[in-house]
Amino acid sequence: MSHKVIHALYTDDDVLMDAVKQTRKAHHHIEEVYTPFPVHGLDKAMGLAPTRIAICAFLYGLTGLSFATWLLNNIMISDWPQDIGGKPSFSYIQNMPAFVPVMFEETVFFAAHLMVITFYMRSKLWPFKEAENPDVRTTDDHFLMEIAVNNNEDELTSFLKGTGAVEVKVVEKH
Amino acid sequence: MYTLSSKIKNLSIILMVLGLLGIGYGFFSAPKNTEDVEKILAADAHGAHHGATAGHEAAPAAGHGKATEAHAEAKEAHVEAEHKIEAALKTEAAHDSAVAEVAHVADSSVADSSVAHAETPAAPAHAEEAHAEKGHEAAKHEAHGDEHAEHVEHVFHQLQNKPWAALYVGALFIFLISLGVLAFYAIQWAAQAGWSPALFRVMEAITAYLVPGGIVVFVILVLAGVHVNHLFIWMDPAVVAEDHLIQGKSGYLNVPFFLIRAAIYLGGWIFYRSYTRKNSIALDETGDLSLYKKNFKASAGFLAFFLVSESMMAWDWVMSVDPHWFSTLFGWYVFASFFVSGITVIALITLHLKSNGYLEFINNSHFHDLAKFMFGISVFWTYLWFSQFMLMWYANIPEEVTYFKFRIEHYNLPFFGMVVMNFLFPVLILINTDFKRVPWIITMAGLIILSGHYLDFHNMIFPATVGENWFIGAAEIGSVAFFAGLFLFVVFNALSKAPLLAKGNPLIEESKHFHY
Repeated sequence: MSHKVIHALYTDDDVLMDAVKQTRKAHHHIEEVYTPFPVHGLDKAMGLAPTRIAICAFLYGLTGLSFATWLLNNIMISDWPQDIGGKPSFSYIQNMPAFVPVMFEETVFFAAHLMVITFYMRSKLWPFKEAENPDVRTTDDHFLMEIAVNNNEDELTSFLKGTGAVEVKVVEKH
Repeated sequence: MYTLSSKIKNLSIILMVLGLLGIGYGFFSAPKNTEDVEKILAADAHGAHHGATAGHEAAPAAGHGKATEAHAEAKEAHVEAEHKIEAALKTEAAHDSAVAEVAHVADSSVADSSVAHAETPAAPAHAEEAHAEKGHEAAKHEAHGDEHAEHVEHVFHQLQNKPWAALYVGALFIFLISLGVLAFYAIQWAAQAGWSPALFRVMEAITAYLVPGGIVVFVILVLAGVHVNHLFIWMDPAVVAEDHLIQGKSGYLNVPFFLIRAAIYLGGWIFYRSYTRKNSIALDETGDLSLYKKNFKASAGFLAFFLVSESMMAWDWVMSVDPHWFSTLFGWYVFASFFVSGITVIALITLHLKSNGYLEFINNSHFHDLAKFMFGISVFWTYLWFSQFMLMWYANIPEEVTYFKFRIEHYNLPFFGMVVMNFLFPVLILINTDFKRVPWIITMAGLIILSGHYLDFHNMIFPATVGENWFIGAAEIGSVAFFAGLFLFVVFNALSKAPLLAKGNPLIEESKHFHY
């Protein structure tokens, strides 16, 4: 089933922000906004839910910390507690200062990398992924707002023209 | 304009009075002579403190612990060997070898000596050892009398130091808070920060404490210099006469130079403070931007001076209580400790003023930024704490590691407790963006951070001055209460001297509309 959407193009991020606010006020559903660069406050204006990626990163960090602790305890204390240069390997806590650099780096490593991978997966980004931008100009100097059409094509078109759009076109989406 | 509220005034007076009582009690209850110490030691002998005296008696015995165990076995051998020994000792050469054997047996383990015991030729050696042990016991008893007198003398000095150390830590900690704020203030000017000018008047008021606080600290240092107290053992000529290490440092660690340096640091800090404050007020009235440029340049210059003077201040005022020990990153470590305390105090006082409706131009984002600084500098402090600790722990060089060994043995709870308070707690609480905007969470985290950094200074000064006789009691809490009361009074009084908004600052509009 195909449905129609309207693409409204803007050339200024301030105009875009205003347009987004007006469109939300008029209760039109914004499907997506394409911009060449991050527009500060756009997510709030669109009413997007805040990201939870920081929470993920915190949990990944804890995972890394646990992994490093387990790894070092297993190798240095449980498996083969050798006397290396007089360092006390009787229990984990006794030799812990020597393990802290590893524990720290593992925490950062897990938090950073797993968070980035999470970001890629949630944003559906990977190599050879087909680009999704509907208009090449949105990567350069144009801003594009995509609004769903529900049998109100003419009304929407005139509404969007009023918000300062330089170009408004109706597109069939598959 | 802020008017000094009677609530703050009364609170600061109550704190000062209670603090004075605590300080006075500390000095009053300090022992006057060694007889008092004997009484304290006798009273403590049944308490938990017994460990110190018992340990002292046990210590010489421990060295021979293995020998004394062998002693019992040797006694059996003694009877059989009695006759043989005469033969064995007939020649000097045999005697010498027996002595050598004794030395050997005494050094080696119990297992060694029992093996030796089984061998007949070793029997004379055992007998000799038994004799040697007896002689040694007698000598030890004599030596113990001297040792005890020495121990009492030692404890006496430590207990006499205790109220002084409590006073010094309180004075230094509260003074350094205002110094930390001064450094933060200078950084905001030099970095031309857009968010903070709205907080400048609060920072300027906190740094008003530099003058009275600096005078108090300087007076304590002078009193140490004229031997009213023994906070700095390198100031005692009798100690230096016998101590080659301190003699080698006496080119730097001598009282006149020490006091001159202290005067230069204090003079430099107070001069910068009064100069920028004057310009900042004048900027409000005239709007003359050349004053802004003057403050910018003065701040850049001050930061260079501060970097050097702060590091030297940390060596002089804090590290030199342990004149045998040194650490290269100590200056930054001390800096991180009072810098984060200073930022925390800015946040707490701003929160107080905001909740009383004095700072309508301050919003959540300002608190968010301050809380981020509290979080970040807490982590920075931990980084330096751990770097200093871990490098010395890892290399385990005796002259360095005693510093930490003593603290871990006798200050275990405060030493590791402060890491929990200064690192774990702030990291877990202030990592959350939403929490950094909630006043009661910032307040709670702030109070924990401040207590943690008081403990940090306590852990730096007390082990060297009072040793294992530390306690956080009336004198310590009283000292902090007194200086906190004085601090509150001076700071809130300074707040009422100028409008709370630095309206002449060219960045003030940006700061008022700061939003994160």
